[in-house]
Amino acid sequence: MNFKHIFSIALVSLLLFSCEKDIEPVVEPVTQASNQLTLVQEFENGEQTIEVYTKSGFFYTGYNEISIKLKENGSYVNDFTFSWMPIMSMMTMNHSCPKSTIQHKEGDWFQGYIVFQMTGMDSSGWNLEFTYTLDGVEYTVNEDIEVMQSARQNVTVFTGTDSVKYVMALIEPKHPEIAINEMVVGLYTMQSMMMFPKVENYTITLDPRMPSMDNHSSPNNTDLVFHPEDGFYRGDLSLTMTGYWVLNHKLINEEGEVLKGDDVTDTNLQSSLYLELEF
Amino acid sequence: MKNSLVFLLCFVSFTLFSQQEEKHDSTALNIDEVIIIAKSKLNNYGEQKSLSSIDEFLERSNQISMIKRGSYAWEPTINNMVSDRLNVTIDGMQIYGACTDKMDPVTSYVDVSNLDKVVITSGQEGTENSNCIGGSIDMVLPSSNYSNAGWKTNIDLGYESNGNYLASGMDVRYSGKKIFGSADVIFRKAGNYRAGGGEEVQFSQFQKINSSFQLGYLLSENHKLEAFMIYDKATDVGYTALPMDVSLAEAKIISLTHFYHNKKNKLYQWQTKVYMNSITHVMDDTKRPEVPIHMDMPGWSDTYGFYSKINYRIGKHHLLFNFNGNHNRSIAEMTMYPNDPTENDMFMYTWPDVKTKYGGLYIKDHFMIDNNNSISLNGRLGIHVNRIDNKVGLQSLQIYYPTMEVSRQRALNSLSLNYEWKHNAYKIEIGGGYGERAPSVSEGYGFYLFNSFDNYDYIGNPFLENEQSLESSLKINYNKNKLSLEGRGSYFYIRNYIIGQINPDLVAMTIGADGVRVYHDLPSATIFSSSLSGSYKLNDELVLKASLGYNYGKGSNKEDLPLVRPISYLLEMNYNHKRLTGIIRFRGDGNQTHYSMDYGEDETPAYSVLDVSSGYKWIGDKNVVILKVGIDNILDKKYSTYSDWNNIYRQGRNVFMNLSYLLR
Repeated sequence: MNFKHIFSIALVSLLLFSCEKDIEPVVEPVTQASNQLTLVQEFENGEQTIEVYTKSGFFYTGYNEISIKLKENGSYVNDFTFSWMPIMSMMTMNHSCPKSTIQHKEGDWFQGYIVFQMTGMDSSGWNLEFTYTLDGVEYTVNEDIEVMQSARQNVTVFTGTDSVKYVMALIEPKHPEIAINEMVVGLYTMQSMMMFPKVENYTITLDPRMPSMDNHSSPNNTDLVFHPEDGFYRGDLSLTMTGYWVLNHKLINEEGEVLKGDDVTDTNLQSSLYLELEF
Repeated sequence: MKNSLVFLLCFVSFTLFSQQEEKHDSTALNIDEVIIIAKSKLNNYGEQKSLSSIDEFLERSNQISMIKRGSYAWEPTINNMVSDRLNVTIDGMQIYGACTDKMDPVTSYVDVSNLDKVVITSGQEGTENSNCIGGSIDMVLPSSNYSNAGWKTNIDLGYESNGNYLASGMDVRYSGKKIFGSADVIFRKAGNYRAGGGEEVQFSQFQKINSSFQLGYLLSENHKLEAFMIYDKATDVGYTALPMDVSLAEAKIISLTHFYHNKKNKLYQWQTKVYMNSITHVMDDTKRPEVPIHMDMPGWSDTYGFYSKINYRIGKHHLLFNFNGNHNRSIAEMTMYPNDPTENDMFMYTWPDVKTKYGGLYIKDHFMIDNNNSISLNGRLGIHVNRIDNKVGLQSLQIYYPTMEVSRQRALNSLSLNYEWKHNAYKIEIGGGYGERAPSVSEGYGFYLFNSFDNYDYIGNPFLENEQSLESSLKINYNKNKLSLEGRGSYFYIRNYIIGQINPDLVAMTIGADGVRVYHDLPSATIFSSSLSGSYKLNDELVLKASLGYNYGKGSNKEDLPLVRPISYLLEMNYNHKRLTGIIRFRGDGNQTHYSMDYGEDETPAYSVLDVSSGYKWIGDKNVVILKVGIDNILDKKYSTYSDWNNIYRQGRNVFMNLSYLLR
């Protein structure tokens, strides 16, 4: 009796360790970040070739992180200085855009960013010129590039109540999640056609809304404040679900004056200063 | 943990001090009510249609009130407490619904053909299978028998005029010397029903198929092994009171049980079961004419677990030990489709992949002091752990609770004492207890769950405390000659009562909702539930029955609690002579004077309804035929009750007919 009893219990307990049943819910539609870089374009300059890479393999309007390598006679060189100038040709004038300097990263890689605030018909209009000094000799090379129009507004150009022209670009989140995301924005003034310095010590308010869901917002967002260590504006962006979001902003200067943007209300569904995000 | 050790010590010392050699067979479990199901099919009492749904059986109980969100899948409540405060099991197996809006209480995943009876207990006496506060409902499966009676077949057909409702079922049983097998299938289909006066209640249709299989093997005189499986699938189910319907509600339930039974032993029963159940529930709004935004809302709930129950007899003590554990995973999603097709779909988790692990030990001692006095002491200690392994799920809740951790562990205690005294015609039971329960998945981790009752989105709170309940109960029975009376009352003082509180800083997500409520702990709440019932035998054929119920519920915020039943009454005359039975029933609720406007309740007016039914039984050599015919709500009264979500109307006049054929 005892043995049979124990045996049956043992048999029954084997079932206890059976695998957890599979649940078949949909895997959330968030694309995985990839560390792969794809070649966008090569700039030939006689003996040197400059290879320009981005993650997607294209240039887009908005903030672009760009990686560059320089090849001379078949092998990569990294012991030199590098600078660039993107220029857009328009009917009546030429202008540049906000950009960083090119920094040597590691190994053969150089890195920098460019914010293309617009693009022309058929992605045309932009030209990128590199200037570099190798063994005491200065070289330049430039080529037309294609800048694709981003599907959503990730950069905006506007004139504030102070009659100053500004460019604001969305830098993070690059891969938004259903969570409190760190939001990073770059804010620049158009000092001249070619100069776009960073703006310091302003405040950017944040009110994210979903127009398709009765313009509902999300809880626990914070204003974006200036971070002097890298010159960008950072704050919390709360996203409660995937989909299309409008990030409504107000730009406030050091004196507390609103330079652009307005509050979202039942009658004013979108601020005049906004960025878009979709995931 | 310390408290729990104290409980166990009290318990063990109690047992040691009252040992005495004496034979006793009493295994009274202080159960409040047992609803017999299987055998009711074989009798002609017009009281119950053979093909009633489980919900209709449960509604007949004095203890249970049903919350109705549609014509299908009602939620049972005991002592004015909803499912989060109860423990609903199938033969001791834990099972949890997969719908964030409570459209699928687990009673909807079984059918009458699967069950032998339903055992209902109130308060802490319902903690045999898990920690709870309000009580328990255990749907007991039939046991295999090895009487070598051979084959038995049963066919049932039912039709109801209101809603053009058709039900049909068949079951086959084989009982051998060592082998037992049974299989049954039941099919139900109904269209929209009509309220009193003829108004059609939209989206009240449903359709379901349920099948179960049981296999038993007699290992030896004292050992048997049983395997059981239920498959239940409902499709195209309308929920009148809600903004969405259900396109699929499917459950797969399997279990394997080993029984040891030996009356001569001190250890006279040992039952061990392992089980698994898997529920899929898909909400659907495609049948609704106007929706602000189209959405898909599927949910899944998978549970696996075991229990081992030992019945042990020592002197005048009957001990019951139950060691059990289970694991549940609940996930629910919402995908919304924007009107602009170029936009991405909107996705979020409403139940962010919550895993719950539970392990517990229950000990009960029923001590027969003498023929007239008995006392029972029971206690349960449980460890309850919630865990969110899913990164996206965890991050969504961390939007509200940035300091929230991946897992939270709780210890749950329960202890209760009951004393029963018998003298001649009287029987008095008095009891008291303390118990705790953990918040449910929705209360702890829900993310924008829309409640159409009060028009608010609800957000869970992982920092909720355990609800703690102190209860006392009194039951008095009088049985003499033709008269039998019962009066009972239960009083609950609950601390950390979990309820949703409006947070004015938050914005609703559901289009059209009034705002957001976050679950929080109300410092305390008191609930009182009582009933008075009696029956009087007029003569050999006629019995008169009556019952009256009174309930009360208030929070420490001086507000009435929602879903508290107003005064309810029932008056019934039963006729029984040879093969013919008949019933006339008059039932109703008084005016709902206490209600919670805050929680979306409004004053429900009083109503009363008259039902009439009869049954006839033909007994042949090899077969039995039973016919039941009746009319519910014969006066076609248009009414709704306090627990009808959004005041949907109940059925008007309904003519029903059930035909059962039993072949031996």
